[in-house]
Amino acid sequence: MALKMVKGSIDRMFDKNLQDLVRGIRNHKEDEAKYISQCIDEIKQELKQDNIAVKANAVCKLTYLQMLGYDISWAAFNIIEVMSASKFTFKRIGYLAASQCFHEGTDVIMLTTNQIRKDLSSPSQYDTGVALTGLSCFVTPDLARDLANDIMTLMSHTKPYIRKKAVLIMYKVFLKYPESLRPAFPRLKEKLEDPDPGVQSAAVNVICELARRNPKNYLSLAPLFFKLMTSSTNNWVLIKIIKLFGALTPLEPRLGKKLIEPLTNLIHSTSAMSLLYECVNTVIAVLISLSSGMPNHSASIQLCVQKLRILIEDSDQNLKYLGLLAMSKILRTHPKSVQSHKDLILQCLDDKDESIRLRALDLLYGMVSKKNLMEIVKRLMTHVDKAEGTTYRDELLTKIIDICSQSNYQYITNFEWYISILVELTRLEGTRHGHLIAAQMLDVAIRVKAIRKFAVSQMSMLLDSAHLVASSTQRNGICEVLYAAAWICGEFSEHLQEPHQTLEAMLRPKVTTLPGHIQAVYVQNVVKLYASILQQQEQAAEPEAAQEVTQLMVERLPQFVQSADLEVQERASCILQLVKHVQKLQGKGVPVAEEVSALFAGELNPVAPKAQKKVPVPEGLDLDAWINEPPSDSESEDEKPKAIFHDEEQRQARHRQPEVDEEELARRREARKQEQANNPFYIKSSPSPQKRYQDAPGVEHIPVVQIDLSVPLKVPGMPMSDQYVKLEEERRHRQRLEKDKKKRRKKKEKEKDKKGKHRRHSSLPTESDEDIAPAQQVDIVTEEMPENALPSDEDDKDPNDPYRALDIDLDKPLADSEKLPIQKHRNAETPKSPEKEDVPVVEKKSKKPKKKEKKHKEKEREKEKKEEKEKKAEDLDFWLSTTPPPATAPAPIPSTEELAVNAVTAPDNTCEGLRREEAEDENDEAEQDPERKSSRHKKKKHKKEKEERTKDKKKVKKKQPEPEEEAAGPVENGAAEEEPAPPMSSYCLLAENSYIKMTYDIQASLQKDSQVTVSVILENQSSSFLKNMELNVLDSLNAKMARPEGSSVHDGVPVPFQLPPGVSNEAQFVFTIQSIIMAQKLKGTLSFIAKDADGATHEKLDFRLHFSCSSYLVTTPCYSDAFAKLLESGDLSMSSIKVDGISMSFQNLLAKICFHHHFSVVERVDSCASMYSRSIQGHHVCLLVKKGEHSVSVDGKCSDSTLLSNLLEEMKATLAQC
Amino acid sequence: MIKAILIFNNQGKPRLSKFYQPHSGDAQQQIIRTTFHLVSKRDENVCNFLEGGLLIGGSDNKLNYRHSATLYFVFCVDSSESELGILDLFQVFMETLDKGFENVCELDLTFHVDKVHNILAEMVMGGMVLETNMSEIDSQNKLEKSEAGLAGSPARAVSAVKNMHLPEIPRNINIGDINIKVPNLPYFK
Repeated sequence: MALKMVKGSIDRMFDKNLQDLVRGIRNHKEDEAKYISQCIDEIKQELKQDNIAVKANAVCKLTYLQMLGYDISWAAFNIIEVMSASKFTFKRIGYLAASQCFHEGTDVIMLTTNQIRKDLSSPSQYDTGVALTGLSCFVTPDLARDLANDIMTLMSHTKPYIRKKAVLIMYKVFLKYPESLRPAFPRLKEKLEDPDPGVQSAAVNVICELARRNPKNYLSLAPLFFKLMTSSTNNWVLIKIIKLFGALTPLEPRLGKKLIEPLTNLIHSTSAMSLLYECVNTVIAVLISLSSGMPNHSASIQLCVQKLRILIEDSDQNLKYLGLLAMSKILRTHPKSVQSHKDLILQCLDDKDESIRLRALDLLYGMVSKKNLMEIVKRLMTHVDKAEGTTYRDELLTKIIDICSQSNYQYITNFEWYISILVELTRLEGTRHGHLIAAQMLDVAIRVKAIRKFAVSQMSMLLDSAHLVASSTQRNGICEVLYAAAWICGEFSEHLQEPHQTLEAMLRPKVTTLPGHIQAVYVQNVVKLYASILQQQEQAAEPEAAQEVTQLMVERLPQFVQSADLEVQERASCILQLVKHVQKLQGKGVPVAEEVSALFAGELNPVAPKAQKKVPVPEGLDLDAWINEPPSDSESEDEKPKAIFHDEEQRQARHRQPEVDEEELARRREARKQEQANNPFYIKSSPSPQKRYQDAPGVEHIPVVQIDLSVPLKVPGMPMSDQYVKLEEERRHRQRLEKDKKKRRKKKEKEKDKKGKHRRHSSLPTESDEDIAPAQQVDIVTEEMPENALPSDEDDKDPNDPYRALDIDLDKPLADSEKLPIQKHRNAETPKSPEKEDVPVVEKKSKKPKKKEKKHKEKEREKEKKEEKEKKAEDLDFWLSTTPPPATAPAPIPSTEELAVNAVTAPDNTCEGLRREEAEDENDEAEQDPERKSSRHKKKKHKKEKEERTKDKKKVKKKQPEPEEEAAGPVENGAAEEEPAPPMSSYCLLAENSYIKMTYDIQASLQKDSQVTVSVILENQSSSFLKNMELNVLDSLNAKMARPEGSSVHDGVPVPFQLPPGVSNEAQFVFTIQSIIMAQKLKGTLSFIAKDADGATHEKLDFRLHFSCSSYLVTTPCYSDAFAKLLESGDLSMSSIKVDGISMSFQNLLAKICFHHHFSVVERVDSCASMYSRSIQGHHVCLLVKKGEHSVSVDGKCSDSTLLSNLLEEMKATLAQC
Repeated sequence: MIKAILIFNNQGKPRLSKFYQPHSGDAQQQIIRTTFHLVSKRDENVCNFLEGGLLIGGSDNKLNYRHSATLYFVFCVDSSESELGILDLFQVFMETLDKGFENVCELDLTFHVDKVHNILAEMVMGGMVLETNMSEIDSQNKLEKSEAGLAGSPARAVSAVKNMHLPEIPRNINIGDINIKVPNLPYFK
């Protein structure tokens, strides 16, 4: 037996391993394919062996062959076998092979779930690591769903090696299983502050990827990232964060203001080019998001441009490239600052590196002005000549056209020049962009009426020399221009000098070698031309000449009738018959010209490409409405009419809008303009086409400057654009002289003159552009749009975008149904109501009664509107206000960071003035912000009075809505809606002395089953500076404070900030609770140093921290069906209380219970409501609240009787105050 | 995100291909080929970026490549990666390879592609940069080696025995000038 094994392994020794395979392939260069197929046969044999080492070796070789392009999907099962090997080296081979060739379509992949789960929980970190690495490549939606929870656990693994991999792979899990994002996010956020830099970097990486796709959901993390940015020294992390800020700033300009200073500092201080570059990029993004007119920002722009110039001038091609890349971003909003570096950019056009040339071309686009357009294009044309036969030339060609045609030909002063440029471009051989040139020719000829004559003459010349264009070998490209030429000559044939000659050119036999669609246009336009010739000759009374032309047509058209192209054939035969008929009539001496040209009467106007889409839905047309009543389901019937009624109401409201008076309209317009100016995504166009339509009611009213006749309308031979450059210069010179003369005469006249000239100017005035008037006062015919077309463009997002699924609001509290599936114990009673529509219904119910209270309707509406926004913005607003960012972790923070934070807050003060000015234009929310800050104290007093008035005996103090209240989202919702309920705050007084006042709130979260977070607001009430604050509690057996690693139970936890006089800030402390069924109190002390002018004293403040049972509850929505099931299950114990003498309305009462005890209303019928909540350790608590005449009875059911009785006691205390 | 990492030699023969987005086998080969054509016709001392990103989906992508002696290293990345950062990643990658193979040359990569994969797996995971600290990558590699020590060594011994029969192994083709010896990272000081 033993001998057999030895023999077996010796045999194995001479199996080919990977190296042998590679060597073999190298030695069989001539018959590689044959050799490899041999090898694959061998591998197939090896895979049949039982020995796992042999299999692993075989799989390893397969992985290599996969890279060479051989299909190895047939071995998928063997790969899984190797993955499950116990030896790490084999396992690794298996996972590698899987990561290289598994994909979502691999059917055996579902067999791996358990194996991967086993590896993930393996005691060896390398097994886990390799499984994570492999999984990151082939994770499928199923795997993601099944393993999400396991991976989430690994995110808190003790070894950083595992943690960082687990964190990173979460991104892939999110992509495949978006439902996991919300439950996993809190932990991911935690990892941003992981002690291990690798893990931290991984978390930053993941959040940056997420935020890049849906930035708005991650705005609330800005403070945290800001902290990281000012504290981290890892350049990789810094780069990622800075890039992330670049994505966030467009959404929150205030963030940008806060960022500018630290970023500028970084730019000045860093020696790492990569970091410098990203800083510059983000500063640019910030500047784009801010309004450009701010004086103090021009310094930042200058700094950026200056740094970029250094990059561009660097000899390192990479830096040069990146410099140009970033420059093009600045160009979009601050063209002027870039234009001053025109020399440098033109220089880059000559660079030997194509990537650099392309970037420089991009920049040119924004650098042209009326003044320099001709010069730049001339330069580009010389490049075009040099770059023959490359794709770069095509790129040049498109760029020339782009540059010239941008914003409605804004920079073209002389269209004759442009046409001649286009004609010159037709001489390029082998370009793919013939159609582009053709489109331009058509566009210009149609829209610039004044140029038609010239265009036609040029086009007829082009047709004349068509053999030049069409004879080149790669005909398909450039001959497209003949399409345009033929059409222009036909359509505007009245401008032709020698129509007869053109007609003959178009009927040459050579034409039949052109592509079909061009021939078709030829045929059609030949008739147009024919019609106009007929008319001319009949007017001139030359019937013979007319008949000659007809004869020519009859002779030549048959060549098209024989065309292989159906379109050409059809048109030609149709027209041939027509012409023959005309010939007959002509023979009889009947005048036909009128009738023939009637065929082509009327003018074609360009139609905007989106015109169809923009046709507004006519009033009263509801495409969704039923034409016939649908066969009704009994249930939905009730709802339907309501919905329709509701809809109508809205529509009426919309119609009423126009009644707003002029003033209001003007104000709104101004505000909108402001907004647009601030919005980097708003495309600042040249005045919108429609507007111009209105401005210019008819062509007659346009002050037309006489066409400068010094420009010869017909240039002999092929035109040369260079001539026009010179002519144009002369013209401009003359113009200048003239103007100077005029200036001396009368000012008024000059102004009038200017007005006329500026009609076409866009919103972007370029330096001294105003001085140049176009040679032809051209009326650019705008594209037609339907009346009332909607101006906005909704950009249609790709519905298949995988990242769209990750657009998830992360600030909402976690619903129970969202927990990640855990394999072991799936609760049968978790509310499984699938329809999400249920949620709003429940909400609506609670809203309804409130609406009856008319007094507060106004207030309510306001609140409702703002609520959503505010809730999210709160966190950020708080941070963006002057106080230092709230520390989210009790971790000790190095003093350098404190300094950084202080430094950061300083510049914001200066911004405040500006912000306040802006506030007038901004919405209410923004207005509130500075006010809140400035009058914080006043407000507080005011609040206190209010509280007294409403006889809320609790020592509640509402400072400012704290971000942490978000955790109790729906509750807060309820509370806010329940005006006139007394203002409620979950913050209670903890302790107070002459120096400091502490209020606190306890939040629990479902994700951490035995942890609660205590947020303490510390308010400095003295005139001293408070620092070195340290909070300590005496841990009990049941509750312990989480302390930084390495400190003993007697150490305090430092508060991560200092308090200047009159300032308050919030610190959070985490406590671990073992049993939550009893309330308890912890004794604690806050020690601090109070420093004032006389010196520093060491002070102390004792307090008792009260953990009520309610604070362990987490507001959890519950559907009524799940609720019923829960009650039916019967494993809940029951208890009840009754409180007399209650005067408060039932509505407010419920709100109070919701708010203070973290319940949510499941259902409410009259004066009876069922409520639900859940403890952090998973106890269900169900309540039935009934209101009698002057009393309230509460029946409770809970999985733990002690917890229930304690809860009810607490509730009794609350209700007793009502 | 890094979309793909490719290594091929001057003739376009793949030495390593790692795709972080699913592509069929044929598409992978096609991508390698076109990338090779794009990259190989570029002059020396031009910039290391190439906007041929259409290859691996999306115009957002860019090719960052590096040519050293007989090999092209190509990273296809999207706009969330810092361009200069990726260039430094090349440096880290090459230095790590150099350490792992002791004076790395093309043949090392050819014969030990699995090892290259393992090194890469510690640097980049699922398209995201996992670790940039060379010593970390290295020490983990050592640990892995020691763990696999028993299984690993006989195989090496066997191949040594087998190699003796072969005429001669071109072991001396050394590519010493791959910039690998540059001690500091140019963009990350």
